[in-house]
Amino acid sequence: MAEVSCRKVVKEYDAGVQAVKGIDLDIADHEFVVLVGPSGCGKSTTLRMIAGLEEITTGEIWIDGDVVNDVPPRDRDIAMVFQNYALYPHMSVFDNMAFGLKLRKFPKDEIKRRVDEAARILDIVPLLDRKPRALSGGQRQRVAMGRAIVRNPKVFLFDEPLSNLDAKLRVQMRTEIKKVHQTVRTTTVYVTHDQIEAMTLADRVVVMNHGVIEQVGTPNDLYHHPATRFVAGFIGSPAMNFLPCRVQDGVNGGVAIRLTDSITVPVPPARAERYGKFKGKEMVLGLRPEHLFEYHEQGKPNWTRIDLPVDVVEPMGMETMVHFFVDGAPVCARVDPATHAAPGEMLPLTADLNQMHLMEADTGKVV
Amino acid sequence: MADGTSIPIGAIAPGKTAGRRGTMRKFAQRRSTIGFLLCLPLILLIAGFVIYPAFYAIYLSMLNKKMTAFVGLGNFAFLLQRHTFQLVIFQSCLFAITAVVLKAFIGFILAHLMHNIPGKNQRIWRGLLLVPWVIPLALSTLTWWWMFDPSYSAFNWVLNQFGLANVPWLGVGWIARFCTITVNVWFGTPFFMIMYLAALKSVPEQLYEAASIDGAGTMQKLFFVTLPMMRNIIAITVLFSLIVTFADFDIVRILTAGGPQDMTHVFATYAFQVGIQSGDIPLGASVSLFMFPILAFAAFFVLRGVTQRTKEIAT
Repeated sequence: MAEVSCRKVVKEYDAGVQAVKGIDLDIADHEFVVLVGPSGCGKSTTLRMIAGLEEITTGEIWIDGDVVNDVPPRDRDIAMVFQNYALYPHMSVFDNMAFGLKLRKFPKDEIKRRVDEAARILDIVPLLDRKPRALSGGQRQRVAMGRAIVRNPKVFLFDEPLSNLDAKLRVQMRTEIKKVHQTVRTTTVYVTHDQIEAMTLADRVVVMNHGVIEQVGTPNDLYHHPATRFVAGFIGSPAMNFLPCRVQDGVNGGVAIRLTDSITVPVPPARAERYGKFKGKEMVLGLRPEHLFEYHEQGKPNWTRIDLPVDVVEPMGMETMVHFFVDGAPVCARVDPATHAAPGEMLPLTADLNQMHLMEADTGKVV
Repeated sequence: MADGTSIPIGAIAPGKTAGRRGTMRKFAQRRSTIGFLLCLPLILLIAGFVIYPAFYAIYLSMLNKKMTAFVGLGNFAFLLQRHTFQLVIFQSCLFAITAVVLKAFIGFILAHLMHNIPGKNQRIWRGLLLVPWVIPLALSTLTWWWMFDPSYSAFNWVLNQFGLANVPWLGVGWIARFCTITVNVWFGTPFFMIMYLAALKSVPEQLYEAASIDGAGTMQKLFFVTLPMMRNIIAITVLFSLIVTFADFDIVRILTAGGPQDMTHVFATYAFQVGIQSGDIPLGASVSLFMFPILAFAAFFVLRGVTQRTKEIAT
């Protein structure tokens, strides 16, 4: 087990393209950290630099108190699970899992003990004699994890390990990975582009975009207190609604937010001082779909009612998504499944503005 | 006629015609029939140029020199007792096995070197190294022959520059054997290189990365990842090359014509000498047929191994 640190790590490719632009990150012992972001954000490159599979252009990577910039992967005492499993097709499951131990010249009985133990944890004991070809996607993924576990390394690295699995199996394997981490408690760095995977697995989530870290925090932190518009939009499904707005004077000396010529909503008193500083500025209002309700449902007397024409209704069983447009901007509300909303009809809505986020239109910074 | 059952002469019952036409159409539309018809030109070509000559050679090998009497396996028994033919068997095996092993080894090294040369430069080197393979063999062997020539040998000139004596390249048995093998290796190595290069490129990079993380060094990656992943290509390439090298004619014919003292003869050149030059076609046919059991035996085991491994590792 070990701590992992990145200090001003930069990865620049030959053409001068910077994939990672000087990130700083500290991962504590036993921690499960997920790097999440869209394709090309530099998350996999960061992981591969930690693994030693990519050279670091500048900066330092520390594992267990040592700078490992020039240490080859085999001497970093890490284990990695790849997206395509990377199982050796000519070896049996047992040999795949034992390969790393054999290379490190472990005694045969110790190898067998460790492989059997890992196979038991992952429930793949009956598969040990099979070749990878004879395994399903989920089983291959377990073997890949087994190969990592038997080594008992300082750090586990996962590079989008569930991307090749179907939706149902992905959920199942997600739980398995979490269980394994709860059992072995090895420091883990996990890369994914799936924010739900990130939220469900991580102790802390690192959101990356364009080679920089946008925000680091617990899943709840990121969800409720995003630092930027990117994080606010990336975390949460369906995504947060963004509406261009302007902060202006409200009634009784308060502050209000003007969305369109006809829609102006009051800022809750608790936030009036914070948002008051931005009077007259172009801003963006962020509101999650679950904070938009049908008006009658809440019955809160002071909440503003807005009537909007319904565009699309998506019943999902335990909830229903209703889509609208506000001045051309798409808006989604998560409403009670018993709603009578129908496309083309007006639906009275209200919002819990205590949950709103206000961002600068130019920088995207949440204020 | 009045009963309504008779049919005018020359007419066919309409139902019957339609039925027969329908059956024919069904037959022609069956996948297996279409497949067979599409393959038919090739089958005819193979039958005409491979199967017929092969059986004709077997037939010829069982005749006497004048081709007037059937002698059974007499020609084969006669050949096996002849010292020259025993030498030919030894030389053919030596020539083919040494050349194939050297080609495979050098080709493997070149493929690795090539694989590690980045992008554009790799294409240039790959093109240059393929040159020996694309020049017509008879032509390039003539150039080699010139370089081995006792009077004008380029190699001897180089040796002389270092104060060394001339070497009779094609005049002494073992040196001549070495020369024929060298030319064959020079000609055949690019084929191995290009096949191995293709195989190397098909090994997923992630396997090497996984091996690196598992603790493998360069040699361990070679033995535990590269070679097992390339085994099928290596086996097929070696088999193919073995067949072609065993049947080689041009190099020996041009360089030494089997000499000195029959010490470089291989099956093909000896069959030519016995069958065409000496006019004993049945004996020549017997010589050429000797290759068949050796190659069939090798092909059976190599292809069985390939099929087995393909089943095991295909994903």
